[in-house]
Formats: sequence, C-alpha cells, structure tokens
Amino acid sequence: MSVFKDAGHLFRFAGLFVLAFIVFWAIRGYVVPKSFGQYGHYRGNAIGEIAARSVHFAGHDTCETCHTDVLDVKKNGKHAHVNCEACHGALAKHADDPASVTPPKLDTAVLCVRCHATTAAKPKGFPQVSAEEHSTGLPCETCHQPHSPAMVAGGAK
Amino acid sequence: MNISRRQMLILLPAAAVAWKSVLAGTPESSPNYKMSEHWWSMLIDISKCIGCGNCVRACQTENDVPDGYFRTWVERYHVSDENMTNPEVISPDGGKEGFPEAKEDGGKYFYVPKLCNQCADSPCTQVCPVGATFVTPDGAVLVDQTYCLGCAYCVQACPYGCRYIHPQKKVVDKCTLCYHRITKGLTTACCEACPTGARQLADLKNPNDPIHAFLKTHSVQVLKPQMATGAKVFYNDLDGSVR
Ligand code: HEC
Ligand code: HEC
Ligand code: HEC
Ligand code: HEC
Repeated sequence: MSVFKDAGHLFRFAGLFVLAFIVFWAIRGYVVPKSFGQYGHYRGNAIGEIAARSVHFAGHDTCETCHTDVLDVKKNGKHAHVNCEACHGALAKHADDPASVTPPKLDTAVLCVRCHATTAAKPKGFPQVSAEEHSTGLPCETCHQPHSPAMVAGGAK
Repeated sequence: MNISRRQMLILLPAAAVAWKSVLAGTPESSPNYKMSEHWWSMLIDISKCIGCGNCVRACQTENDVPDGYFRTWVERYHVSDENMTNPEVISPDGGKEGFPEAKEDGGKYFYVPKLCNQCADSPCTQVCPVGATFVTPDGAVLVDQTYCLGCAYCVQACPYGCRYIHPQKKVVDKCTLCYHRITKGLTTACCEACPTGARQLADLKNPNDPIHAFLKTHSVQVLKPQMATGAKVFYNDLDGSVR
C-alpha cells in the first residue's frame, strides 16, 4: 500500500466531496417539487392547477337547456350564430343559481351599435347602420326583436 | 440501493405501467380529459372580424386580466394605395370598446385579432431559467405562476408581444388558451363571445374537427413564419402588411 502512503489528504477530500454531494442531493430532493419533470422541465402539477380555475362564461349549450323559449325564437333568426353571452355577458353564476343571480339589463344603444355601427373597416357584407339616422333616437328593440332581429315582409326573422 | 435481478424483473413492468400513465397525462380536475388526445390551435378568419371587441372584453372577464393589459387584443390596419408596406395600425385600449369610425378613402381596412400563438417550438419557454413556462402535452403554452421569478426573459423572447408582467402579482401572465375551459369541453371565452365565428378553437388531433377541411380549402398563414416558432394560430385572409 505504499502507493497511498501520503494520500490521506486526498481521501479526506474525497470524503468531503461525497458528503457534500449527499447533502446537495438531500436538499434537492426536499425543495424540488415531486411532480417536476413529470412531462418536461417543469412542475407537472401546474397543469392541473391551471385547469382547475373557475369558469365565468357558461357557454351557450348551458343557457339553452333552460331558456328553450329564447332558443326557439333565435335559432331561425339572423342572430342564430351569435351566442347568448356575446350579448348578455358572462353568466356562469346565473346558470349555476338562476334564482339568486339575475342577469343585468342590457342597453341596446351601446350593445347593438358596437356590432352594427357603420364603418369602412368592417367586412362589406356585414349589415351596418348609422345608429342615429337609422333609429331616429328610438331604442333598437322597439322595432327589432333582439333574438331575431331581421325586419322582413311578413314579420321578424 | 441494492436491487437483485429478481427485484429488477418485478420492477420493470411496474415502471412501464407508471410511464404509460405519465405519457397519457390527466389534469386532476377533469378526469375524463386525456392530454395525449389533443393538440390545440386556433383559427382566425380576418374576413369575418368586425372589430366589436367582444373577445377582448370576454378574455378580461374570464381571466381577470388587469386594465391596460391584454391576453388578446384587436388591431385595425389601414393600408393605403400609396404606401402598401407601411400600414397605419391602431388598437385603442386593445380594441376593447371598439374602434373609431373609419371613412372610405380608397385604401383598405381590416381587423387583426391577436393572442398567444401557442407555438410548438416556442422561444419563450426556451429562455425560462427555472422551468416556469412550458408547452403542455396538448399544445398550450402555460405559466406556472407559483414558480415564475418575474425576470421577464420570456416577455422579451416572445416575437409576438403576447406576455406581460402582472402589475400586482409581479409574475408573468399570458393567454392560456382558456386551458381551464378547453379541458372541460368548453370553447375559449373569446371564441364563445365572437359573434361572427372569426375566431374558432381547433383541435388538430381530432379528425372530425372542421379545421382540417378549412386548412385544405383556404390559403392559411401564421404570423412571422420566418421565426420558425411552430405557431398554431392560423390566419385566413392574412394581408402581407401584417407584422
Ligand atoms: C338552470 C336554468 C338556467 C340556466 C342554465 C340559465 N338560466 Fe337564465 N334564467 C333562468 C331563470 C329561472 C330566470 C328567471 C326567469 C324569470 O324571472 O322570469 C332566468 C333569467 C334570465 C335572464 C333575465 C330575464 C329577465 O327577465 O330579465 C336572462 C337575460 C338570462 N336568464 C340569460 C341566461 C343566459 C345568457 C344563460 C347562459 C349563461 C342562462 N340564462 C342560463 C334559468 C336559467
Ligand atoms: C344580439 C344580442 C343577444 C343575444 C345573442 C341574446 N340576447 Fe337575450 N336579450 C338581448 C336583449 C337586447 C334583451 C332585452 C333587454 C334585456 O332584457 O336586457 C334580451 C332579453 C333576454 C331575456 C329576457 C326577456 C326575453 O325576451 O325573454 C332572456 C331570458 C334572454 N335574453 C336570454 C337569452 C338567451 C338564453 C340567449 C341565447 C340563446 C340570448 N338571450 C341571446 C340580446 C341578446
Ligand atoms: C355581438 C355582435 C352583435 C350584436 C351585439 C348585435 N348583433 Fe345584430 N347581427 C350580428 C351578426 C353576426 C349578424 C348576422 C350578420 C350576417 O348574417 O351576416 C347580425 C344580424 C342582424 C340583423 C339582420 C341584418 C340582415 O341581414 O337583415 C339585424 C337587423 C340586427 N342584427 C340587429 C341587431 C340589433 C337590433 C341588435 C341589438 C339588440 C343587434 N343586432 C346586436 C351581430 C350582432
Ligand atoms: C323605427 C324602427 C327601427 C328602429 C328604432 C331601429 N331599426 Fe333597424 N331596421 C328597421 C327596419 C324597418 C329595417 C329593415 C329595412 C332596411 O333594411 O332598411 C332595419 C334594418 C336594420 C339592419 C339591417 C340593415 C341591412 O343593411 O341589412 C340593422 C343592422 C339594423 N336595422 C340595426 C338597428 C340598430 C342597431 C338599431 C338601434 C340603434 C335599430 N336598427 C333601430 C327599423 C328600425
């Protein structure tokens, strides 16, 4: 064993190195979250946490299960493809508990104009009106039924 | 650890089973949702956008986006005949309350809704020093806000300007493609609120998704294709002047 005669300091150093490694490994095991690396270089559980956030827009399928009368009016009209919450706003709370959460009334002077006001920037085929001239100051819903707005000979469509 | 050959042979199939469930991946809250069965993207049809701002407002409500910050926004382009390469672009308050009236003047106008492009080879996830932002197995680029340091490297790395530092939380915030909705079978808030179908959520792994027919029959483009980010927000009718 003459080769290792004066190598004691090297063994001490190696021992220190191993010890430091074990300490590092222990701390790492403690601080790195368990799910880190499950799918990649990130915390896998973050995906589930983000997926668990609550929803504000219930989606038109939900509205339509209760408001079948509105759907019947709407589905053959020109607003058939405009979803309920595009006009009524986020109503998941109302859909969960219709008795205690009443949807706010809508102001058609703002609502309809936002989509239908004339401007050269809109696609040409989209129906547009100059609100003041067109409505002569009356609310839009005096003449148009919001859920089936088109005015054609023989009634609303 | 000392493992005999016998123990090793017993462990191997167990590890294989565990690895399978890792690959299949199931976000805890929606047990019927399998990440491996989806690859999310969005289709934006510029010829249908009317600039009403419904998407911007819906996004703000759904995701508690602070005022003055945007996960999605709408830009209005005005390209005049004399200067085709320098369009005038406006986006007042992200287009949240619509746009000022535009008068016919020979040039062309159009609206361009923007959001995170959910890149498959995203530059933003590559620069994160701590692994706080990542592409999920189903193709959404998300931020782990409990892990984020707020260093803003990713904000600078995003070629599309889709990230911001949340003014209260002081960490990065961005479009999640409404990950909490799409994993529950709903569409995103912006698509739900869009009146004309100008924005549509699409699942590229679902063979029945209408996007496949659309991509075959239209000239579809992504933003900044030269950056090779693997962007998954597809634009129909995209004008060359859009940056
Ligand atoms: C669980 C059944 C249910 C669901 C789901 C539901 N509602 Fe309702 N909704 C009601 C009831 C009940 C009322 C109260 C009716 C009344 O008082 O005449 C109501 C009232 C309303 C009103 C106000 C009517 C008024 O008189 O002012 C609106 C607007 C409305 N709902 C829209 C929606 C929308 C949009 C959705 C989809 C997000 C929705 N509702 C989902 C049951 C439901
Ligand atoms: C184009 C915009 C628009 C859309 C889309 C729309 N609504 Fe309405 N809705 C209105 C307006 C405007 C009123 C009348 C003002 C008010 O009550 O706030 C109204 C009224 C209502 C009312 C109460 C009075 C009534 O006429 O029955 C209910 C309930 C209602 N909407 C439900 C729905 C449901 C459910 C949907 C989706 C199937 C829907 N709405 C889609 C604009 C819209
Ligand atoms: C969120 C956007 C939006 C809002 C708000 C909205 N509309 Fe519409 N409206 C549409 C769309 C989309 C169409 C379908 C256009 C088409 O067929 O190309 C439409 C169609 C119409 C039409 C039929 C035009 C035709 O082709 O004859 C009328 C009329 C109309 N809307 C009136 C209204 C009135 C009145 C209101 C307010 C109660 C309103 N709209 C609110 C989006 C909207
Ligand atoms: C005095 C009744 C009246 C009022 C109020 C009214 N409209 Fe109309 N609107 C009509 C009639 C009638 C038509 C169909 C004839 C036409 O095309 O001009 C029409 C057509 C439309 C069209 C379709 C235009 C097209 O190019 O096809 C839109 C969009 C519209 N209205 C929106 C509105 C909005 C938005 C308001 C509220 C600011 C409103 N209307 C208020 C009577 C009215």
